[in-house]
Amino acid sequence: MRWIWIDRIIELERGVRCIAVKNISLAEEVLHDHFPATDNHPAMPVLPNPLILEGMAQTAGILVGHANDFREKVILAKVGRARFTEAAWPGYCLRYTAEVVRLDGAGASTHGHVERLDPHQPHAAPVPLAEIELLFSHIDQARTGLDLPEHNFVFTRAFLELVSQSGVDLSPSKAPQGPEAPDNPEASS
Amino acid sequence: MADQQDVFEKVRNVLMDALSLDEDEVESEARLVSDLGAESIDFLDIVFRLEKAFGIKIEQSELFPDNVLNDARYVNDGKVTDEGLEVLRARLPHADLTEFEKDRSVEAVGDLFTVDTVVRFVMSKLESQTA
Repeated sequence: MRWIWIDRIIELERGVRCIAVKNISLAEEVLHDHFPATDNHPAMPVLPNPLILEGMAQTAGILVGHANDFREKVILAKVGRARFTEAAWPGYCLRYTAEVVRLDGAGASTHGHVERLDPHQPHAAPVPLAEIELLFSHIDQARTGLDLPEHNFVFTRAFLELVSQSGVDLSPSKAPQGPEAPDNPEASS
Repeated sequence: MADQQDVFEKVRNVLMDALSLDEDEVESEARLVSDLGAESIDFLDIVFRLEKAFGIKIEQSELFPDNVLNDARYVNDGKVTDEGLEVLRARLPHADLTEFEKDRSVEAVGDLFTVDTVVRFVMSKLESQTA
C-alpha cells in the first residue's frame, strides 16, 4: 500500500497555492472498518478525518517543498486548527486547496480547505468539508545537530512521481525561495 | 507609539491561538514553557502569528535565539558560558536575565520567555519600525 492520500495535483503555483484531488473508493480497505455494520446499524463507510487531514498535509507539504525545489526536508510539525463539517462518502471526490500563509528558512504555515465534489453533478456547488491550518518545519535547519539521513526521506520517489505525473515541471526554479537557496551550490547542478 | 495594552491583548490572542489556551491563563508574568506548556515548535508558530498580527518581520532566532544554545562556544556542561551570557544579553534586550544568571542552566533558558518578554519584544519592533 502506498501512503499517498491524494490522487492528482491540478494546480501548483510556486510558494503560493497547491490544489489536489482525491477520489474516494469503496475498495479502500479503511472504509470497510470505518464504520462496519453492527446488529443495530448498517455500515457507514466514510473516509476517517485524520486521513483527510493527511491528504491536506501532503498537499500543503508538496506546496512548501516545491517552493525550494524539494531540497528541504519538510516535516509536519503542528496541526494549528482542523474543523470538519461534512462527511467524505465513497463515490465522491475531495478537492484540497492549500495556501502558504508564511514561508521562510525555518518552515512554513499554511491554510487550507477541503471541499466535497459530486461527480454525478459536476456543475453543482462544492460542499465545504474541512478547514485546516498546518505548521511545517524544515527539519535540518531547525534542528541542527540531529543525525539525519542525507537523502530527502520526506519527498520520496512516489511523491515526486505523483507531482511529475500530474504535469508539474520539476526542473529547478531560476529564483528559488528560502535563505539558503542563493548560495547552495547544489541548486544549479 | 504603540499602546502597551493593545500590544498585550494582541499578544495574548496570538498565544491563545498558538497554545490553545483560555484568556485567563495568559497573564503578563506567565512563562511560555513552564506555565503555558509551549514546546520548541510552538516558538516557530508564535513568531509566524506575531508577524501576521502586527505586520512586522521577525528574523529567525530573533525572538527565541535557540541557535545560541546549539553552539559549543556558548554552552559548557549544560551551563551557559560567560561568552554565551554576553551573546544572550545582546540578543535578548527584551528579556530579564537577573534570575537566569544565578544558575545559567540551559534548561532554564526557556523560562526567560514570559508573556511580558514577548510584549516588550513586539513593542521594540514596532518602535524601530516607526523610527
